Amino acid sequence: MTTQRIATLRLQAVGLHDRLSAWHWSEYLFWVLVAASYFLFPSRHLLMNEIAILALFSLSLDLILGYAGVISLGHAAFFGLGAYTAGIITKFGVTDPLIGLGCATLAATALGLATSFLALRGSDLTRLMVTLGVALVLYEIANRLGWLTGGADGLQGMDVGPILGFDFDIFGAVANAYSLIVLFVLFLIARRVVHSPFGWSLRAIRDNPLRAAAIGVPVRGRLVAVYTLGAAYAGVAGALLAQTTQFASLDVLAFHRSADVLLMVTIGGVGYLYGGLIGALVFKIMQDTLSNLTPQYWEFWIGLVLVVLVLGGRDWLERLAALVARRTRPGAGR
Amino acid sequence: MSDAPLSDAPRDIALQTVNLFRNFGGLTATNDVSLTLRRGERHALIGPNGAGKTTLINLLTGVLRPSSGRILLEGEDITEARADERVRRGLARTFQINQLFAAMTPLEGVGMAVSQTKGKGWEFWRSVGHSRPVIDEIVEVLDRFGLCDVMGEKISSLPYGKQRLLEIAMAIACRPRVLLLDEPAAGVPEGEREDILDVVAKLPEDVTVLLIEHDMDLVFRFASRISVLVSGALLTAGTVDEISTDPRVRAVYLGEADHG
Repeated sequence: MTTQRIATLRLQAVGLHDRLSAWHWSEYLFWVLVAASYFLFPSRHLLMNEIAILALFSLSLDLILGYAGVISLGHAAFFGLGAYTAGIITKFGVTDPLIGLGCATLAATALGLATSFLALRGSDLTRLMVTLGVALVLYEIANRLGWLTGGADGLQGMDVGPILGFDFDIFGAVANAYSLIVLFVLFLIARRVVHSPFGWSLRAIRDNPLRAAAIGVPVRGRLVAVYTLGAAYAGVAGALLAQTTQFASLDVLAFHRSADVLLMVTIGGVGYLYGGLIGALVFKIMQDTLSNLTPQYWEFWIGLVLVVLVLGGRDWLERLAALVARRTRPGAGR
Repeated sequence: MSDAPLSDAPRDIALQTVNLFRNFGGLTATNDVSLTLRRGERHALIGPNGAGKTTLINLLTGVLRPSSGRILLEGEDITEARADERVRRGLARTFQINQLFAAMTPLEGVGMAVSQTKGKGWEFWRSVGHSRPVIDEIVEVLDRFGLCDVMGEKISSLPYGKQRLLEIAMAIACRPRVLLLDEPAAGVPEGEREDILDVVAKLPEDVTVLLIEHDMDLVFRFASRISVLVSGALLTAGTVDEISTDPRVRAVYLGEADHG
């Protein structure tokens, strides 16, 4: 009798647990649309490639901002390091893109781990300044090491080999496919991680670090781990940009990169993985459209949208989704 | 280490502080506190407002570091251990003001504590639910606290009494050998009070409990020994009878309650 009851409760718990991490239909739809876009807009591969890369970059920031609550204003440090690593390595004859991607990941991971101990100190303001400082330092190092990085001229003459037998073409079709697949794979990994006990404890730390420690979660260790993971993801994004554009310049380490990615995650909403992806898409399309309309002043509109968005509530997507759900299912709410 | 000659037979002592001090600027919030909790004891810590009860619990659990003195858990020095290390060594606590994960469900809150305790905290590839022992323990804890029917609801939407129960459930899910309860019934409406008192009374006997409490009914009903903290220092410690008849205690504490 009692064992029967426990067995029922157990089933309930497992069912609930599975529902918490189950794929929602809108997630399937999202990725079907992503795949469809590849075939629907063959003339926009270059733009879509850039969006995929920025989406991955935003995802990496969402991991540390949305899941561990660590705010960074220097995330470009890892993006840039990844880009330069992937670029420089081709100068030494390693032209295989996947090996380049691996090396860039390692470099960004190492930098993430090393700087996590600095970036996790103190308050939000301290963190902002430290992350900003790390990115500035890296920028000037790249600037100074002209013999290696090309300095202000950028890294010229990158020679990236074919990816699994496919040569990168000038329309960006191969590049776009490559970036999208890497984005999708890394997204799947991130999604798994956030639904693991490790991922739950990250959300716990963001919600209430005091209580997280009081149930035995080693807060610092977890933050170091997720900061490093975020750095690794950013490094991959940077490497993709360098490989698919066959170019890396100081721009990949510039402050606007860090600021833009923070903007994208804010636009899309933090802490549910899709925020970075949607934010990158909205940001890039807005940038593309607005800069055609007003080439000089497009940032005015971006700024305006940002202010309205932050003041009007950053959960606009959630509310929009709820509205759509109500409209499409009349009577469901009664 | 555990054979070090302490004042009493060390194996019987669950938690002990030795000449514990904590200063905040010029204020001595904890003043030479030497407290001893025997294994399996139900010990209450009482004292008027501002006596330093919360500071003491923060020192015991590693939220604060003492200015001087030592803290021993089952004979081992934990004075320098981090808060999460103390939990892993068997010392858990609840909070006077709910410290829950508002956006989560009770299933996740308890589930996290259980997976930490079972050494799966770093598991990043497989889900919490893949492990049968983890799920079994989650269900057992939720069931013991009567939280199964709300396990899928958002914690912030639970009635206050249920939140207080979850507060204790999450601590018990850490499988502590010593449990610090910081005013477990604080702010709970009369109708839901009995649930909390029931749960406190039914805590496993092998768990040593230190109850920090204002409510004298709960203290007399629950505790076997009482320590009295006044102005950061231990005034006295003894059995319920000794404390309730101690004129000094009546003067500083019970007397105050009589008039109030």
